[in-house]
Amino acid sequence: MHLFRRGMRDGISIALGYLSVSFSFGILSVQSGLTVWQAVLISLTNLTSAGQVAGVGLIAAHASMLELFLAEVVINIRYALMSLVLSQKADSSFRLPHRFLASFGITDEIFAVASIQKEPVKPLYMYGLTFVPFCGWALGTWLGAAAGTILPVQATNALGIALYGMFLAIILPPARKSRAIFAVISIAAVISILWHYFAKWMSGGFAMILAALAASVIGAILFPVPDTDETAKEAQT
Amino acid sequence: MSRIFIAIAVMALTTYIIRMVPFAFVRKKIKNRFIQSVLYYIPYAVLSAMTIPSIFYATQDLPSAIAGTVVAVVLAYFGCPLIVVALSASAAAYLAMLLLPLILQ
Repeated sequence: MHLFRRGMRDGISIALGYLSVSFSFGILSVQSGLTVWQAVLISLTNLTSAGQVAGVGLIAAHASMLELFLAEVVINIRYALMSLVLSQKADSSFRLPHRFLASFGITDEIFAVASIQKEPVKPLYMYGLTFVPFCGWALGTWLGAAAGTILPVQATNALGIALYGMFLAIILPPARKSRAIFAVISIAAVISILWHYFAKWMSGGFAMILAALAASVIGAILFPVPDTDETAKEAQT
Repeated sequence: MSRIFIAIAVMALTTYIIRMVPFAFVRKKIKNRFIQSVLYYIPYAVLSAMTIPSIFYATQDLPSAIAGTVVAVVLAYFGCPLIVVALSASAAAYLAMLLLPLILQ
């Protein structure tokens, strides 16, 4: 239970960020002709931002199921890579049923927090880490869909930066201590900016994972890790 | 009506299977040093690419986003807990939204 609580605590900042993102998703869904409960159902079953936004757009445009399927594959294929990274990080107590259940919660943010843990990740921690953001995601969708237009915009907009603040709090301390990590996050940021301004046709999720992959490959060439566990400990202490 | 529910099911299943298959079925530890290194750096690179430049658009208003970013960078640099950094960035952005228009008038 201790692990579940620790996971929930680490999930709070993610949930706050999700609240504002899913809030706009709720507004968008209702504007696209879905009911409040259909919007909430999408958030409960999908738990992803870009894929849901694209899906609602396609539903509203009366696209075929094949188009919908292909769009989801292209937008969400990055999760396969994150899922692979987490498979290497999973504790031996992660039996198959746990893997089936916990993999539902692999979002960009939950992945990032789970994969940067010092020790192998255990199922209970993963469930706690997923549970709070999951609730925030569903609640935000409901609020946005049901009452999006009557709540103060500035407050929800301000919450939108919470998530990114948390990301900086995750990467800056290890980047201070490790030249390699500093280099990798700088390269990723530069490539991400280049994509953003010079390759606008790329979807956000796709651009993000291409930037991250390129930076990680460059990092792996310039600074190969001698022993993953040793380096991880060094960066965290 | 039912078309929407089929569409939701297609979205949900596609997304789930992509997430589930590698996590459930890659059980061996990867030994290759290069791949190990790439996998080690990916979380940091993902977080960085997710944050930049998106953080500057996160509040729908550049000055407040810059205020939030500066506060987040300073607090994160000094190793404050995640939730403190996250909430302080939001608070700074909110204050900037309320106060900057008054100051610049």
